[in-house]
Amino acid sequence: MRKNTWLDVVFISVGVLVAAFLIVPVVISILGSFSAYWTTSLFSQGFTLKWYQYVWENYGHTIRFSVMIAVFAVVADVLIGVPLGYALTRSNSRWMKLLEEITALPVAVPGTAVALALVQTHAFMRGSWLFLAIGHVVVTLPLVVRPVAAAMRTAQLRALEEAAASLGASRITRLLRVVFPNIRGAILAGALMALTMSMGEFNLTFFLYTPLTMTMPVGLYESYASLRIEIGSAYTTIFLAITLPLMLLVQYLGGESTLRARGGGV
Amino acid sequence: MSHIVLEHLVKEFKGGVRGVDDVSLEIAKGEILILVGPSGCGKTTTLRMIAGLEDPTSGRILFSGKDVTHLPPEKRNVGFVFQNYALFPNMTVAQNVAFGLTIRKAPPDLIKKKVDSLLGFMGISNLANRRPNELSGGQQQRVAFARALAIEPEILLLDEPLSALDAKLRDNLRVELARLLDELKLTTVYVTHDQSEAMGLGHRIAVMNQGRVVQCDTPRQIYQNPANAFVASFIGRTNLLRGKVAGEPGSLRVDLGFTQVGLTADPGAREVTVIIRPEDLVLVQPGESPDMEILVTEALFYGQTVRVVGRADDETEIVADLENSATVKRGDRVGLRIRPGKMLVKAMADAPGRN
Repeated sequence: MRKNTWLDVVFISVGVLVAAFLIVPVVISILGSFSAYWTTSLFSQGFTLKWYQYVWENYGHTIRFSVMIAVFAVVADVLIGVPLGYALTRSNSRWMKLLEEITALPVAVPGTAVALALVQTHAFMRGSWLFLAIGHVVVTLPLVVRPVAAAMRTAQLRALEEAAASLGASRITRLLRVVFPNIRGAILAGALMALTMSMGEFNLTFFLYTPLTMTMPVGLYESYASLRIEIGSAYTTIFLAITLPLMLLVQYLGGESTLRARGGGV
Repeated sequence: MSHIVLEHLVKEFKGGVRGVDDVSLEIAKGEILILVGPSGCGKTTTLRMIAGLEDPTSGRILFSGKDVTHLPPEKRNVGFVFQNYALFPNMTVAQNVAFGLTIRKAPPDLIKKKVDSLLGFMGISNLANRRPNELSGGQQQRVAFARALAIEPEILLLDEPLSALDAKLRDNLRVELARLLDELKLTTVYVTHDQSEAMGLGHRIAVMNQGRVVQCDTPRQIYQNPANAFVASFIGRTNLLRGKVAGEPGSLRVDLGFTQVGLTADPGAREVTVIIRPEDLVLVQPGESPDMEILVTEALFYGQTVRVVGRADDETEIVADLENSATVKRGDRVGLRIRPGKMLVKAMADAPGRN
């Protein structure tokens, strides 16, 4: 006999309501993108794909640019973040602790503040796409550093590296054959998070973009602000089609690495 | 020539704390030396310096006469078994054991042969394709051993290899380990805080305290002739008593407060520490005069012996392991004699750790 059936009902109702609140607008938006003329009813004027064509022709460059920026940011994040995470866990010095906090700062500070700081200090780069890319690196770097540093701590990497050294492995061999394989999952998870975050970044980008360096979220904002709702909807649908699979992959990898961490005590 | 020589080894940590303070040791080829001491005594740091995992602040380390003080660990060809085994979680058991050989770019068929024979030697051939996280503590320990031996080291270093195991498994593995070390005939340095492990496994024992080697000798000497009260109390249960030497040369006596015992030799000091092992106390026979009398507060039948704990007249606690034929019970007043020549008398200055 279970006594808490009424409690279950409450939980399930709340769950359904929250899900509906989040999902319904998305579903409506997706449906709206196929509507020829969205008025009181969605498909009274028929079904069309022309809005997709419009978005691709007019905003295709923002999608390509966003992907480029995101890939650049992720590559930079991994190249900077992995050695940084390694250094952070290797040192007991107070300065390294401070550095770790500093790398995490962009998570807490609003993107607008980071953007303004960048504009003030690096204004000469304003016209270059690199300016925006660097901004993205700054805000997404913690997403790689944190999981990498955490994995290095839990995997007892120091002891593993010492074991490898005593068996004759040079520093490079230790990194490639012991350190890297044990943090690969964390790097991948962090990189995907950074990719997703960069794709959807708006606050910072909005302050830094120029007409030539417009990203997907900024384009989306512009289309909603000044164009037909159906176009915005089509744009949203494309956006989701790109970011949702990434999100799902992050979820899946996250679950997998937790499982491994639980079973894999050294 | 000694295989391993440590010369005035010092390791200073942050804040000037000396973890290892002027340690000098010589270890012969094929010898098993045990570093034993309480936690924080510097035994593990000393071992890690031998392996190259820790850089000495000063002093020298020689392997067969060659200075290796600043050689990185990967160039020392030393087998190291870590306290928590540190098996590579991303590799199978066989890959773990093969690691050192693949680093040395040995031919694959030779690696396979070597790994197979080592797994067989350790009795874990059936585990070759498992991952470390699928193994029990005892199995992981064997893998760690096999992995360290695969590189055919000349020196084997063991950092509390049994301490992560439960008590029963530890007892079983200790016997096995003793046989294994005996067969290997490698120069071995073994760190432990467990004095019974130290007694059973080592050719020589170096007792450490506060970063220094207090005494380095055979287990028998360490037990029967401890250099000072610290060694006596650390290795085995013992009676540590404070005494004053009295009387004329030729008829010297030591006054323990509750009794006086005759001395055969002059300890060379007036204030002394007297060390008597529990098994060196026996019940007086009828007609004999006792060296001391105690009121029994506990009598525990251990099988081979009866452990008797009692108090002398001035409340000094005395522990004696009597033959199991002794019928002593709580509340009895018994007379005890010290076996001839079994009382150790040390000058007081030697007894900083008196307890």
